Amino acid sequence: MSQPLLEVKNLHIEFPTRRGILKAVDDVSFAIAPGEVLGVVGESGAGKSLTGAAIIGLLEPPGRIAGGQILLDGKRIDNLPYEQMRKIRGRQIGAIFQDPLTSLNPLYTVGRQLVETITTHLELSESAARDRAIKLLEEVGIPAARERVEHYPHQFSGGMRQRVVIALALAAEPKVIIADEPTTALDVSIQAQIITLLKRLCRDHGTAVMLVTHDMGVIAETADRVAVMYAGRVVEIGPVADVIHKPQHPYTVGLMGSIPEFESKRERLIQIDGAMPRLDAIPPGCAFNPRCSKVFGKCKTTRPNLMPAASSSAACWLHERSVA
Amino acid sequence: MSALVQLKNVSKTFDVSAPWLNRVIERKPQTFLHAVSEVSFNINRGETLALVGESGCGKSTVARLTVGLYETSTGQVIIDGHDMKASNQGTDAARAMRRKVQMIFQDPYASLNPRWRVADIVAEPIRTHTLIPDGPQLDKRVAELLGLVKLTAKDGEKYPHQFSGGQRQRISIARALASNPEFLICDEPTSALDVSVQAQVLNLMKDLQREMGLTYLFISHNLQVVHHIADRVGVMYLGRIVEIGDKDEVFGAPKHPYTRMLLDAIPDLHMTGKARTPVAGEVPNPLNPPSGCAFNPRCPKKFEPCDKTRPQLVSFAGRQVACHAATG
Repeated sequence: MSQPLLEVKNLHIEFPTRRGILKAVDDVSFAIAPGEVLGVVGESGAGKSLTGAAIIGLLEPPGRIAGGQILLDGKRIDNLPYEQMRKIRGRQIGAIFQDPLTSLNPLYTVGRQLVETITTHLELSESAARDRAIKLLEEVGIPAARERVEHYPHQFSGGMRQRVVIALALAAEPKVIIADEPTTALDVSIQAQIITLLKRLCRDHGTAVMLVTHDMGVIAETADRVAVMYAGRVVEIGPVADVIHKPQHPYTVGLMGSIPEFESKRERLIQIDGAMPRLDAIPPGCAFNPRCSKVFGKCKTTRPNLMPAASSSAACWLHERSVA
Repeated sequence: MSALVQLKNVSKTFDVSAPWLNRVIERKPQTFLHAVSEVSFNINRGETLALVGESGCGKSTVARLTVGLYETSTGQVIIDGHDMKASNQGTDAARAMRRKVQMIFQDPYASLNPRWRVADIVAEPIRTHTLIPDGPQLDKRVAELLGLVKLTAKDGEKYPHQFSGGQRQRISIARALASNPEFLICDEPTSALDVSVQAQVLNLMKDLQREMGLTYLFISHNLQVVHHIADRVGVMYLGRIVEIGDKDEVFGAPKHPYTRMLLDAIPDLHMTGKARTPVAGEVPNPLNPPSGCAFNPRCPKKFEPCDKTRPQLVSFAGRQVACHAATG
């Protein structure tokens, strides 16, 4: 693999509360190469969005990075002062959020918002920035961009708004894009349009993308590699085809089995009983052990780290046994 | 099998006109939004009919019309032989009919009163219909209902905020079952849930249907979920049913180009890396629908009559389709 563009090393995110410190993200590491799409999946509360927020430096207090490093192009960015981080955000790391209506300012035309972003990060005159804004809107597939640039966000439909948000994220040609559930608020027909667009743009620009979603289908189509998160930790990471077709961690197996599919003639879906533990009650050992069908002695006492499992890595003691 | 639920040419129009004074000053006419137009279907006892479609296609409005939360503009909703319009008149027969129809909503965070204990939430339909007097008997029934949805009697003492999303949706199901209904209307019951929790709720709903002989009207935008739970499927577009029929027929060999498009747009887990066929365009504004077939601006099979006359639902083996291009 070529030199990673974005590297997250042993990231810890904590929330201090009156009843003690909650570990929301616990020792997460991954790397993304240029032009690569890393999918991050997991259920609500698994820590996937927090990881994304930490990378763009938008972790909301009292949440804080309690350990580890985030490296962009080999340089640490997790400890930068606010002003310096502000220059990186947008310029080098773009962000796309779930709800396109809240990511856009309702009081300004989309053109003005694009121009503002462009002139903040690039040395361009007002009129050159405007031309670039129109070109960006054309690139993300908005028809009649020259007129639409004068419109306000409420004059766009949901899918078109998300295109504007993508144009905004691309405005300064960032090297990395953090896309947090970019298609979740959209209808399935529009979802396909946005995914295709995102994929094409990343290929054309060589952008590294961290795609956070709970939708395995979106991951299957878009990502090159996928990281599965559970209770603040990465439990499995590997090439997307391997993780989907030959999941190694019992949690991933359950997750895949619980998706209803057309081909399957199953009368019942595979279900994982119980729910993800609350942050203040994460069980000792493997956090998944109370819900795991393959639990054995060691799982309840010692926490597994990622270890090689088939062609991916999984944090599960079953794979230690198979090696030994 | 007899039809438990019948919708006959049901339409719903909302008046979305500007305020009267504005209309007078600006000389604007009244505007009406046709949310649902001429929808008809039957649901047999013990069967699940699912309605699918994109946001704004009117599927939730149909749910609300069926349960009686909206009154129909024209057409009739008949459940178990009773016209639902009569059920708003407060007669004893009407109350008895109301008991048989319950609803499960999408958002389990908004549909449970945060100030009530779970036991009171579940007991409310029983108290409303005075089925069981307060006392140990009622407590027993509530415990039994909580048991049905895999919760314990002790959970009844807690408040909704102490439960996760999936558990809350199970509480909603327990409440819906409290009055011994025959017919449940489920409006996107799993859309707010994670996929593993969704599997728990879908399995539970299937088990309950088998055990208690329930009839479901299931509203969802997720075609895989619908394929899993439904017996028959209706596809809606801009307030009208464009294709309705047996699940395997409709999903296996869709006849309406819109159904085809929806199916093609589903991400396929087994085709990693393969690009989906994106559906071109978007749903038109329902205030100003296109002439002829509402789908014609997006349709790949569009031909001469499509933007002139609206296609009627035509029966084919096992289904009905509203498309000029559909052939047997």
